[in-house]
Amino acid sequence: MGVTKEQVESSLTSKLKPSHLEVIDTSGGCGASFVIEIVSEQFEGKRLLERHRIVNAALEEEMKQIHALSIKKALTPELWKQQQEAEKSKPDA
Amino acid sequence: LRCFSSALTPQLKNTLDKVVTSNKVVLFMKGTKDFPQCGFSNTVVQILNSLNVPFETINILENEMLRMGLKEYSNWPTFPQLYIEGEFFGGCDITVEAYKNGELQELLEKAMCS
Repeated sequence: MGVTKEQVESSLTSKLKPSHLEVIDTSGGCGASFVIEIVSEQFEGKRLLERHRIVNAALEEEMKQIHALSIKKALTPELWKQQQEAEKSKPDA
Repeated sequence: LRCFSSALTPQLKNTLDKVVTSNKVVLFMKGTKDFPQCGFSNTVVQILNSLNVPFETINILENEMLRMGLKEYSNWPTFPQLYIEGEFFGGCDITVEAYKNGELQELLEKAMCS
């Protein structure tokens, strides 16, 4: 019972057509809990709150059973590219 | 049978309108600011504490109607929920992100001076 990582992935994939998606199951046995990183063109021109709302809406069914959802990243392909490059050029911390 | 009845009654909506507009910063959370009962709620409390802004917290664990109604009111499925100057700001992830990039400080400063 509950929601699996695969279900979360397939809902997000079919609804938001992400160019990058990472779903991490962080439940550790206490119930459905996920961390999500997603890059999609559908976030274009949307503020962070709106982007998160889009992700929440895509998971509307799953949310009924998910205990904790953390949207670590919800980026447009362009922002994602910028972040990736910034990471690379950063000297080792 | 009222299977699809909304938890957000007109009375509750009215009350929530008043709560979020009569306080500059309101956090609907699991537990209280002294005893947060969830890590996500605790994170937001710590951020607000560190920024030294006065804020009200409301424990959604004490009232199931409030909890259900708020999800509709904010169109946001999880808690905590942070309101600044009567407007929904976001949940834990958004608050952390905005804290890191300075947006939250800016917005709160504006709110405190208004």
